[in-house]
Amino acid sequence: MGNATTTATGVPAELIEPHAPVVLFDKVNLSFDDKVILRDVTFSVLQGHTKIFLGASGAGKSTILKLMLGLLKPDSGTIWVLGQRIDKMSETQLMGVRNYMGMVFQEGALFDSLTVGENVGFKLYESGEQAMDAVRARVEEVLGFVGLAEHIDKLPSALSGGQRRRVAIARALAARPTLLLYDEPTTGLDPMTCLSVDAEIVKLRDIERVTSILVTHQLRDAFYIATHEALRASNGEVTLRGAAEEKIEQADFVMIREGRVAFEGSAADLRHSRDPYLQTFLS
Amino acid sequence: MNNLRIWLIEATKKGLQELQDYVRLCLATAQAAVTRPFYFRDLMEQIETIGLGSLTVVLLTGFFTGAVLGLQSGMTLDQFGARPFVGRLISASMIKELGPVLTALMLSGRVGSGIAAELGSMVVTEQISALRALGTDPVRKLVVPRVLAGFIMCPILTVVANTVGLLGGWLIALTQLRVPSGVYWNSVVMGLYIQDVWMGLIKPFFLGFVIVTIGCHVGLKTSGGTQGVGRATTNAVVAASVVVLIVDFFLTRLLISILF
Repeated sequence: MGNATTTATGVPAELIEPHAPVVLFDKVNLSFDDKVILRDVTFSVLQGHTKIFLGASGAGKSTILKLMLGLLKPDSGTIWVLGQRIDKMSETQLMGVRNYMGMVFQEGALFDSLTVGENVGFKLYESGEQAMDAVRARVEEVLGFVGLAEHIDKLPSALSGGQRRRVAIARALAARPTLLLYDEPTTGLDPMTCLSVDAEIVKLRDIERVTSILVTHQLRDAFYIATHEALRASNGEVTLRGAAEEKIEQADFVMIREGRVAFEGSAADLRHSRDPYLQTFLS
Repeated sequence: MNNLRIWLIEATKKGLQELQDYVRLCLATAQAAVTRPFYFRDLMEQIETIGLGSLTVVLLTGFFTGAVLGLQSGMTLDQFGARPFVGRLISASMIKELGPVLTALMLSGRVGSGIAAELGSMVVTEQISALRALGTDPVRKLVVPRVLAGFIMCPILTVVANTVGLLGGWLIALTQLRVPSGVYWNSVVMGLYIQDVWMGLIKPFFLGFVIVTIGCHVGLKTSGGTQGVGRATTNAVVAASVVVLIVDFFLTRLLISILF
């Protein structure tokens, strides 16, 4: 991975293979003034898989998501998202890639002057490609998915923290993204609300087939998402259960420490690691 | 001495960087204003917020400025027995200078601060990042409608301020100075040249642009949470007020050389 081989068109060979990664970071470095944020960060995320970034506050986890979205540019290294190299793209070009991505921000980042429905349907209303009725129907559908359909006409300020976080998930989901990024989706929420948000993430991954990248320092949530799967019964009911071994292997953990990748592997690898830092983090 | 030199170099660098970012925002705004998509509904909302929302403060400022000009100039003109010329003095002062500048200063306080606070709050709560993540350009969606609304409404509000200023002056001339209405309004018209009217109308376009672009620039550069929003609001008002006076000076010089 460190030295990704490229084809004649400049696209890394891995990205044009059938099971190509949807995200590829290759030796990415980033500094703000004299402060180094990321050093030689290299990883990839496969279609339908889950990548969970762990690390202490300020380790550079959220920065990775911002780089993926093109909200920040790296100082060096290359970033490929959905088969396109985005680190050199202009803001206008990035809009095209972002059409296939969704992001759940740490505090939800809902537009406080718009209603829940307008927030969720924002991207669809803005694109103008669908009729208003169709957009409204999709908004109701995704709000139903996160269990907040009755709050469609409320302002975000009228909702609780957990409800706002679920509205943010619905907003990221509304335009049917291929790739969903979650920035600390459960931070500051009570344990019960955390579980319901975790369940939404698992359902989106397994029912809507969305590749998920999660940044968190909440180990319980990280392991819950990695070790559970959602199934839709023939009557349409969605249930969650402990995941099969094959599914668990599709969730990768990455530990970021002082801007570097300190660990990359499965939930089992992480649990059995003898690295003192990881052991301290897990304890 | 060495510390002072380092401080001066750093301050200059920071200032130039700020200026570069501001010019970039202005260019991006200009480009976005003439290309699609264009947010017409947002423009209408901003015209209402900036224009109608500022009407009360502009009416009060214009009226009392005209009135106080009437009182002060009446006393001065009395020394020369020239009280009937009070209208000429008020119209020249209001239309050429005080109307545009005072309206702009009022807008700096009301509109510049509001824009900086609103955009600053959006930055610190990641709403601007969310906007970009959802594929919407914040400059098109937020900056262009505000800048166009400021550009359109500042001249209109200036005309309103000038009108009520002349009315305030007339009220004082009539009730305090005992100058007949006919004499006052005749003096108002006699005191004005068409060049003065042009000057009074051209200046507010530039001042409106400057106030709103500074508000947007400062707001979008906000950092440091709620304290940062407070700082941004203060900075926007101070910067816009000072720049209004500086731009007014250079614009007046330029217009005098062109029009007269």
